[in-house]
Amino acid sequence: MKQFADLLELLALTPSRTRKIAALAQYFTEVPDPDRGLALAVLTGEMDIRNVKPALLRETVLREVDETLFGLSYDYVGDLGETIALIWPHHGEGELPSLSGVVEILNHTSKADLPRVIGDMLTIAANHERWALVKLATGALRVGVSARLAKTALAEMSGVDLQAIEEVWHGVKPPYGVLFDWLEGRTERPEIDHTARFHPMMLSTPIEDSDFDRLDPRDFSAEWKWDGIRVQLVLGRDGVSMFSRTGDDIGGSFPDVVEAAMGRAVLDGELLVGHDFDAKSFNDLQQRLNRKVASPRQMQELPAFVRVYDMLFDGDEDIRAFGWEQRRARLEAWFAANPQTRMDISELLSFDDWEAVGTLRRQGADEHGHEGVMLKLRTSPYVPGRPKGLWFKWKRDPNVVDAVLMYAQRGHGKRSSYYSDYTFGVWKGNELVPIGKAYFGFTDEELKQLDRWIRANTLNAFGPVREVKKDLVFEVAFDSAQQSTRHKSGVALRFPRINRIRWDKPAQEAARLEDMDAFVG
Amino acid sequence: MAIIERDLYIPSIDAWIDPGAPKARAIITHGHADHARSGHGSVLATPDTIAIMKVRYGEDCADRFEALPFGEVLDLDGTRVSFHPAGHILGSAQVLVETAGQRVVVTGDYKRLPDRTAEPFEPVSCDLLVTEATFGLPVFQHPHPKDEIARLLKSVEAQPERCHLVGCYALGKAQRVIALLRDAGWDEPIYLHGAMIRLCALYEELGVPLGQLIPATGMPKGAMAGQIVIAPPSAIRDRWSRRFPDPVVCQASGWMSIKQRARQALVELPLVISDHCDWGELNQSILDSGASTVWVTHGREDALVYWCKSQGLDAEPLALPGLDDDGGEGAE
Repeated sequence: MKQFADLLELLALTPSRTRKIAALAQYFTEVPDPDRGLALAVLTGEMDIRNVKPALLRETVLREVDETLFGLSYDYVGDLGETIALIWPHHGEGELPSLSGVVEILNHTSKADLPRVIGDMLTIAANHERWALVKLATGALRVGVSARLAKTALAEMSGVDLQAIEEVWHGVKPPYGVLFDWLEGRTERPEIDHTARFHPMMLSTPIEDSDFDRLDPRDFSAEWKWDGIRVQLVLGRDGVSMFSRTGDDIGGSFPDVVEAAMGRAVLDGELLVGHDFDAKSFNDLQQRLNRKVASPRQMQELPAFVRVYDMLFDGDEDIRAFGWEQRRARLEAWFAANPQTRMDISELLSFDDWEAVGTLRRQGADEHGHEGVMLKLRTSPYVPGRPKGLWFKWKRDPNVVDAVLMYAQRGHGKRSSYYSDYTFGVWKGNELVPIGKAYFGFTDEELKQLDRWIRANTLNAFGPVREVKKDLVFEVAFDSAQQSTRHKSGVALRFPRINRIRWDKPAQEAARLEDMDAFVG
Repeated sequence: MAIIERDLYIPSIDAWIDPGAPKARAIITHGHADHARSGHGSVLATPDTIAIMKVRYGEDCADRFEALPFGEVLDLDGTRVSFHPAGHILGSAQVLVETAGQRVVVTGDYKRLPDRTAEPFEPVSCDLLVTEATFGLPVFQHPHPKDEIARLLKSVEAQPERCHLVGCYALGKAQRVIALLRDAGWDEPIYLHGAMIRLCALYEELGVPLGQLIPATGMPKGAMAGQIVIAPPSAIRDRWSRRFPDPVVCQASGWMSIKQRARQALVELPLVISDHCDWGELNQSILDSGASTVWVTHGREDALVYWCKSQGLDAEPLALPGLDDDGGEGAE
């Protein structure tokens, strides 16, 4: 347990991604099975210790600690797990079992005995082991590690490609003996039913102005670039999964889509919300993202659907090596044979030359708020990753607005000594109201200049945040603007970034709140 | 008439303990800025506290100084005042005030874990105890400082290419951390931020050897790999830190036991080294004093007042203006 606690503590406290990966890789190399596999399950959120819930831990503690003092402490610390780890009043000699031993004990102790058994473990644990033990038991890690980072460490440790690991990931189970056997070269790659796993997605590259001269429009198809989130629907023998771009199964949050899907296939498309396939804004979709469970009301008000644009498997047949045109034909035939209520097909745009596509792109943006146009090579196979020259995105021109820097905040990691996060606003009468926050779009040299300017023009400091003189104008680029009740200005920007620093422009000439109305769709 | 009022005013001798504004007569428990201020008429304090005040605020920071060594009694028309070691920093004192048959102790800040840079805490019996409660919650259980320093040295050994920047308050904590490093066998020079230099020199003058200390500013970046630098907490994540190679940000403070806090403060290696009592020490000190009435100030009063009442003691919180109540990085 000590090694696992050491690892968790390092992950929680080191801000460097590289160092986190190195620590994980070292752990997976040094620690034997099944402990390392269980640690991997904990870090990727695949571990569920059924019988231990926060209420039970609370009960365990309240057998030993006064309830009022516990309540005051919890109010102060703010995190139940950490409060329990810190407040446990007994400290005794002994050594905790290994991680797998601890998991075994937690899973095989009767509910009635658990408070006593957990209490005994808390008593012999060292400080950081107690913290790790409570995190393990509640499953709420909060150590800044995503499943993807853990898989990246597996790639680092084994030299196996991350994509290959993601492909097999959903077909292997804790404690992942099969996976480690393969990663360490003892066995062949595990054979996994395609219907149980995630297939890394094909991504596009931005098109450059110079590309148009060398590309023949007749070789390409065009469709709208939809403003939702990319998903892969795996309609398998044993059920339906919906994966995000990073291979996380998000199907549980969208039962309306998953339960309505019919047939067998692996499909690629865009998750959107709206009635009768009329897509609402990304803002609306966001109301349903990051929620473990969708409420019936939400599903009624914001029904989800998938706009499908590609097919990887037709039934059990892998068609990824086929050209786009053939896959598209298969997809249309499959749709005809398997009528769907929560899926439709992304329409194709007809055009003769690039100029016509450009016109469509502008009209789509202005009239329907489309993000842009996707261009796909008709002969292209489905290639995971971001291959060059096969799929292009041609985004609408960004909107820009001149806004005034209001607050600056220190960054993280390498940027922790720089003021690198900027809040900016526009004029409402004689007052500035914030419309957004951005932390990229400038060069390292510009960051240094900005940092100097902020320190020299600080009006007030609030912890890591500085209020500055309202003197510096940013040209801020953004994809779209929405009404927002969260901001005082009533406007929120999507994907804002610093386009240019307008050292030359007087702050009085920055935009006014009225100017933003034109962008709010 | 009470011996002492709730703002720590002693009417019989017209004196205030650790007043937040200039007064004609002040009794100062120790040299930290939230207790010792400049501009008083006369200051009664231990000799070391007076030396610290003069270095921090200048020779003429009060009109008159009265030095009273530990254990000696000053009798002012029947009100007897004496200082007893509080173990917080060099010179830090608890104040005992006695009149006919009544004993009051004001602890100032105090701790009971070992610290060779401060005179060790001595329990003083009394009827009324005025105690601080900076770490007055049962979640605060300070580990032994030796174990924390061992963690620091282990990290230095494991990452010889990096420089360890240890955030410490300039008065007390810095010297204690240096002494702990020396006691753990760290014989290399220790590098100092400018804010630390005068006070470290004063500690040495007052008989606390700290080994070889070198100003960190001006050292070439390459020379600082594998070295330990002591700096105020505000400097370790700011511009000043850019001069060091890939620094490991450390902070020595009782708050560092809460990992979420360390994370938020961007501290990579939290060292739980506190110059205040933890919950167990506070409980023990209250019982040791034999006091029947306890006034609680400076921190998380609610929990300690609740605990005192559960022990059958009279207890109430004092809200002293100007003293730390932010529960955060502000307390020295």
